[in-house]
Amino acid sequence: MSTSSVSKGCFVFKPSAKKKKTLSLEDHFIHGCEGADESKTRFNLCQDLWDQIKTNTELLQDELNTKILDSLLDFTRKCSSTRQHSDWTSHMRASEIPTAALVLGVNVPDHDMTFQSLSELLRKSVTPHVASVQAKECGALKHLIKRVLERLLGTDVTVDDDNEEETEQTSAPLHKSVHCSLSTLCDWYTMNTKKSYSLTPGKKRSSPVKDDLQQPPIVIIFKDLEAFNARVLQDFILICSRYIERLPLMFIFGIATSPSTIQHMLPHSVSSLLCIELFQSLSCTQHLATVIDKLILTTHFPFKLNGKVMQVLISIFLYHDFSVRNFIKGVQLALLEHFHSQPLSVLCCRKKEALLNMMQLGHRDLERIRQLPSFKRYVEKQEPQEQEHLLTDDTHLKEVCRRLIKDLRKYHKHYDPTLRCLHTLTSTLPRYPLGKQIRELHLICLEKNVWENEEYQSAMKLLKMLAKDELISLLKKCAEILQHSKSKNMKSALLLLEAMLAKFKQLDSVVAEPPPPAEESITSPVKNLQKKMDLFQLQKALLEMNESRRSKKLSPFEVLRNEALQFIDSLVQSHLSPPESQTLYEVCYYSSSATVRRHLNAAPRTSIQAALNSPFYYLQNDRLKSEDGSVSNAAPDICIVYKLHLECGRLINLFDWLEAFATVVSAAEGNDPDSDSFGKVDDVKHARFIRAVSELEFLGFIKSTKQKTDHVARITWGGC
Amino acid sequence: MSALLQQPGYEEERLQTVSKKLPCREVQAGMLLSLMGQPHQYSYPSIFIYGHQSSGKSHVLNILLKELELPHATVSFVECVSVALLFEQVLLSIFGCDAASLLPRSPSLSDFVRIYRQQSSQSPAKQTRYIVMEKAELLRDSDANLLPALLRLQELVEDNVTVILLSEIVWDRFRPNTGCFEPLLLHFPDYSKGELQHILAQDRNPSYSDEFYSAYINILLGVFYSVCRDLRELRHLAALNFSKFCEPLAEGKVKETDTHKLWRNIEPHLKKAMQTVYLREVSSLQWEQMQQMEEKENGAVRGLSAHTHVELPYYSKFLLIAAYLASFNPARTDKRFFVKHHGKIKKTNFLKKNEKTSNHLLGPKPFPLDRLLAIFYSVVDSRVAPTASIFSQISSLVTLQLLTQVSHGDQIDAPKYKCAVSMDFICAISRTVNFEIIKYLYDFL
Repeated sequence: MSTSSVSKGCFVFKPSAKKKKTLSLEDHFIHGCEGADESKTRFNLCQDLWDQIKTNTELLQDELNTKILDSLLDFTRKCSSTRQHSDWTSHMRASEIPTAALVLGVNVPDHDMTFQSLSELLRKSVTPHVASVQAKECGALKHLIKRVLERLLGTDVTVDDDNEEETEQTSAPLHKSVHCSLSTLCDWYTMNTKKSYSLTPGKKRSSPVKDDLQQPPIVIIFKDLEAFNARVLQDFILICSRYIERLPLMFIFGIATSPSTIQHMLPHSVSSLLCIELFQSLSCTQHLATVIDKLILTTHFPFKLNGKVMQVLISIFLYHDFSVRNFIKGVQLALLEHFHSQPLSVLCCRKKEALLNMMQLGHRDLERIRQLPSFKRYVEKQEPQEQEHLLTDDTHLKEVCRRLIKDLRKYHKHYDPTLRCLHTLTSTLPRYPLGKQIRELHLICLEKNVWENEEYQSAMKLLKMLAKDELISLLKKCAEILQHSKSKNMKSALLLLEAMLAKFKQLDSVVAEPPPPAEESITSPVKNLQKKMDLFQLQKALLEMNESRRSKKLSPFEVLRNEALQFIDSLVQSHLSPPESQTLYEVCYYSSSATVRRHLNAAPRTSIQAALNSPFYYLQNDRLKSEDGSVSNAAPDICIVYKLHLECGRLINLFDWLEAFATVVSAAEGNDPDSDSFGKVDDVKHARFIRAVSELEFLGFIKSTKQKTDHVARITWGGC
Repeated sequence: MSALLQQPGYEEERLQTVSKKLPCREVQAGMLLSLMGQPHQYSYPSIFIYGHQSSGKSHVLNILLKELELPHATVSFVECVSVALLFEQVLLSIFGCDAASLLPRSPSLSDFVRIYRQQSSQSPAKQTRYIVMEKAELLRDSDANLLPALLRLQELVEDNVTVILLSEIVWDRFRPNTGCFEPLLLHFPDYSKGELQHILAQDRNPSYSDEFYSAYINILLGVFYSVCRDLRELRHLAALNFSKFCEPLAEGKVKETDTHKLWRNIEPHLKKAMQTVYLREVSSLQWEQMQQMEEKENGAVRGLSAHTHVELPYYSKFLLIAAYLASFNPARTDKRFFVKHHGKIKKTNFLKKNEKTSNHLLGPKPFPLDRLLAIFYSVVDSRVAPTASIFSQISSLVTLQLLTQVSHGDQIDAPKYKCAVSMDFICAISRTVNFEIIKYLYDFL
């Protein structure tokens, strides 16, 4: 940049205002986006969908937590009310600090939301004084007390805006950390309650409800009990118990493992100061099941995940973290990636919008549709004339696509209820051939045609052996599921099912009267069996029996049962085909499982090794390309050093290593192999070598050792 | 008895009320009083009182100082997260808040002495001032000069002041290396059974007779005396179980004097209380509710330690199993357990006698991260990519206190861990993943 100044010196240039403009979310989205024309609409669609998913999951979480939160709230209320009793027992017994041990499971990332809604609920309905602390901010007792005071007095400032002067007064000593003791809290509390009491002088004092409000408890939430320093916690409880007469304190312990940790952390002298009650929350697998039920297996959201992506997300959940929040984050990532990378995702929205967007597609997008594998398959099935029509006439294509999109929606509408029906039928079978959870069945169905599956066949066989009442109750459940569906096909299916159920009922009245005549034919060979006979005869008799049983006339119940199962089978075959078989499925289904895995389950070690083994993978330099897996001479120094060190044992002689390195590098420089200087170590090569070795050390492949001079030790094993 | 509490300079009436409020501690109170002397006399600079939990140390002192209206400051050291807090509280209760506000930010001991002298010169002591410090054992963890200085505070501030330290530990454990002024030692022995009975019987329920309540206390002590001598705890238990004791009385089955029947009724109940509510397995509130419920529903409330089941992600389970194996197997046996073709290892050589059977008794041994991962990969049945989340699971196991990190936290290149779970726990875990851990444990070979 130039200045108008004639003198030399330093000049400050303020960055121009234009550059300062920070990129919005949308700009980030559009940047590098595939097919930029509709990227804006896609961004909006994506945003809308995500907002919906988010609010839905939050609602779901609240619903799931209501039970445990309600019981917790009851507990707090009860505790604060028993405090005011004045009979002999409550006077005599030691005043313990009421403590709720809240067992939440090991999925620590999910707890935040629970605690947040818990403290909100507490603030709303029990007490304004709620402070939650985390272990990492409370290394020492001092910090713990400070945090608690800050949160409690701080919340008060926001609650009582009208009395600014007084609150300022109370918070003033806090700035001097000297006063960081519970006595400060005590003074503050008495002043606060007195104030609120004097504010309502007109009301009668004697009413118990009012008394409750007069002494709202102070709730302190320890979010992660296990991570707390036991010493700090013990001291804190000791201090608190000194004030329990004056301060209605109450604790909530968030426990990730099992409640016996309390006993591990606190000695009896401390735990005897607490009145611990246990609250168990829903297990995270149940939580996931509901999330999948409400979020994935629903037609509310047009966006879907294909089998592999689903598999990745679920296995991350089951194998790694048990965290529902991370699962939803994974769904969010897939959503974002889908809308970002798939231009046709403009059609992935509600039916009306999708049809509208369809009409506005440009020629390029229509070409993209023609390129879709599922669409190609569709075209191949058509008549030759129609084929040509589809490939050349844009307006005709639009018409067809409208129909196809409607078909896709219909497919979804049928898929869910059918899946649920099949699940209710198979989830109680012995050994769970199609899985216990609906997500397992869903995965199977996403993979391939479920009816070709061996497990499906065995499940069907098992179903054929069901007793009547079991079968009827299962079928009734299926009918209930079908009732919720609104599509025509499902309604007709429901009618068929109900007719069948009615037939079963009729059977009851009919069967009861005449005993089935078929029984006689079975009983006769059984009678024969009771006679003495040799092995051969026995075998023959058994075979005969088998024969007769097979050929024997089926009882009316069995006929009906087969009929019902055939009906279910036909339902499955017509509606549970995998999404890949549907035309235009690419619009709604996100299928890049590798991307999701790479982003969510990073493998730093593997990528380092990949970089060192084949630098071409990252550098994309043609010179580095090699077929046989060897590293070319021109690779970066560290790759060469790495490759060479793989050939050594546990201890590596540095000098030999250096020699080898020099030889390889000389060859790369194109020196004449016969000349004297070939493979000689000069200063530059030496320096390069040392740098490469120290880089390897930094990456954790080698370390210096004292076992042998001039040697380094390998930390990894394997290699050549 | 009140004859013991005689000291000139105090009103007779007050001494009477004091001795009434201090049952079974007359000897100690009298001793203290004579040490304190008359109010205006200089007292011994420092007194050290020790005795077990709830043997009445603080109670005696509080009653004495309050009833006789002596100027004093009572500080619990557990509350003093910084020395400043201690100084401030002392100044506050002896001289009022003006003095306390004179203290500078993060004051030193000499600041405290300076301000104390300044204040005491303005208002010299007419009576002995007392500074009582509870939980004095924590003094040892604070600054090295604090304890010696407190012991001879009288000399330092040139005022009639006595420091009284209360502790559960004997003085020998306090004495600093550099030596210090020796305080007067005073021991508070535990209450005997008779004394406990006497004290507990005093707070009887107003609606029942004296004898009835004392019979109840007798039964209670018969059950609990062997495990608990803590007065506070006993009083708590007495309050909790009294309603159950009165139950047959209210139903009209038994008369108040029929002790044997009452005993038969309450004894199993108390035994159950000892296993549950005394150990805080069941909270006091729940215990009271359980009493109100009928017998049929008993057992519905499970104790805290009954819930030991922990749900873990699949790989975390295997990591924990690997950690357990690494902790309890000698490292040289890894080859035998985890390498498929380990060749022949001589059995006699392999099973060294002294190592045998002792590993579980010795407790978990630390192991490096490499070994953990090596065992993990051979134990887990599928191929697992070494992803970041595997490593983060290790650290989350540490925060859950299922593993403990042995090496210091900032040593990141070769961390060492120990497995902190019990045998039962790991067996339960490995059963859920169909892994026979016993086969892989050296101790059970």
